[in-house]
Amino acid sequence: MDRMIEILKGLHPEVDFESCNTLIENKILDSFDIVSLISEISDEYDVVIPAVEIIPENFNSAKALYELVERLLEDE
Amino acid sequence: MQRNILEYLEYTVQRVPNKIAYANEVTGISFQEVHDSARAIGTFLNELGLYKEPIVVFMGKHPKAIVTFYGVVYGGNYYVPIDEEMPRHRIELIFKSLNPKVIICDENTSKIVDSFDYQGKVYQYEDICKTKVKEDAILEIRRKAIDTDPIYIVFTSGSTGVPKGVVACHRSVIDYIESLSEVLRFNEDTIFGNQTPLYVDACLKELYPTLKYGATTYLIPKSLFMFPIKLVEFLNENKINTVCWVVSALTMISAFGVLDQIVPAYLHTVAFGSEVFPIKQFNLWKKYLPNARFINLYGPTEATGMSCYFEVEREFELNEVIPIGRAFQNTEIILLNDQKQIPKMGEVGEICIRGTSLTMGYYKSFDITKEVFIQNPLNDAYPELIYCTGDLGKYNEREELIFVSRKDYQIKHMGHRIELGEIEVVINTMDEIKSACCIFDETKKKIVLYYVGNVTPGEVAIFLKEKLPRYMVPNVIEAIETMPLTSNGKINRVLLKEKYTNK
Repeated sequence: MDRMIEILKGLHPEVDFESCNTLIENKILDSFDIVSLISEISDEYDVVIPAVEIIPENFNSAKALYELVERLLEDE
Repeated sequence: MQRNILEYLEYTVQRVPNKIAYANEVTGISFQEVHDSARAIGTFLNELGLYKEPIVVFMGKHPKAIVTFYGVVYGGNYYVPIDEEMPRHRIELIFKSLNPKVIICDENTSKIVDSFDYQGKVYQYEDICKTKVKEDAILEIRRKAIDTDPIYIVFTSGSTGVPKGVVACHRSVIDYIESLSEVLRFNEDTIFGNQTPLYVDACLKELYPTLKYGATTYLIPKSLFMFPIKLVEFLNENKINTVCWVVSALTMISAFGVLDQIVPAYLHTVAFGSEVFPIKQFNLWKKYLPNARFINLYGPTEATGMSCYFEVEREFELNEVIPIGRAFQNTEIILLNDQKQIPKMGEVGEICIRGTSLTMGYYKSFDITKEVFIQNPLNDAYPELIYCTGDLGKYNEREELIFVSRKDYQIKHMGHRIELGEIEVVINTMDEIKSACCIFDETKKKIVLYYVGNVTPGEVAIFLKEKLPRYMVPNVIEAIETMPLTSNGKINRVLLKEKYTNK
């Protein structure tokens, strides 16, 4: 989870990713961030995020992203 | 001869009054409504005594904003599109440069305008779009109009930290729309899916051909460009067959394997530009849409939209670059070397543009205009302007024009033209900053900011987000102890770039 927060902080150092769960609704993340996140997550955790998982619910918080990665790792 | 862009609308409204012209995910407006509301707004502005004035249109991305553009033109004025996504500081600079007498808003943006130190009048769309149309006034404005009168001002990044307002006229827009439509083969059945914001000239590609042919444009919600499957579903639901997008919007679909799952089934014309299309991604598109036409476009705002095109009809190697091809009809590309001479075939020169598509120049900036809109050095017989783009190009062995790079520190990022210098000017206004330098990582497409100063990267990010559009805020912000300098005492960009690459 710490690593996920690190990655997110790299994009927006000023955001409190521990608590924020409206990253999409409040337009904190934009399309560029999503693209960067997907590539950094796949490098860091060695998982591929499939297109069907690129949906708002999975990107709304650090926790949601982390759970997505855990789920993908288990499925492997 | 057509002299005014509104003639497109007047012709089409006779033919297909009830067809939807512009729509978004919830609503659409017909050509009749566009025509009626635009003339109402034109009448309203005329009654205020405004003529040949810049009118700021500060509205969300909505069909009503487009109607307002035309309303401004009906009144004999020119529109200046501003968007709520622009940071306060940039809007303030634009207001300062224009000193606009009138701003037209929607419900949301009028609250934002209230928070600015702005002395002029503010009107809401809903209050003025029902004004009773004065036919004679509208006709009289048109009778007096000539085709070199301005139609809009759009602002682009300037290296001094102040955005520059590019003034385009009816003649240059008509010239562009006619040439572009011929190449892309728009017609009445064209259904556009617009991606680009309304405050840049890129949206001309959809807005005016829609009027010309009685086509339809869907404004795609920005949020869909984060979630590619939903985006393709939107294209299919609305039977969108033509897109003119920045490359990053297309690659976001292909790179995530979306085309494996769902294909934009109606798409037959894909125009792209503003960035290099990685061939690997391009080939994916070609594979899933084997019958679609793919056209690379290139051009600066200063020459009205796009100036060059290349239809991709052959295979490209992974390390090749898709050419920008050749100039549109009625436009000439002249390559010039440092001696202002045409370089030898295959050698690099600055891309300069000659033709009716040239805009009028920068608003209230005669000196900056003269630096780049210059007398054609190949013509010593009579006055003739060319625009020097600052882009370097060359011809390949097939005599196709290739974009090589920029002459200066300007970059293309997310389809936007950015002066790295503008970012530096802004960051240097922060009290704690002693020195700062931006570089661009071409491969990862990231803007990297190095600074010296007693302040955290997070604080720098907050500061920059207030002053700069989102796409200009550096993607990597890093503090360093000292700034490396060249022997001349300038910041050593090359060294910084090496430092970054070797990290």
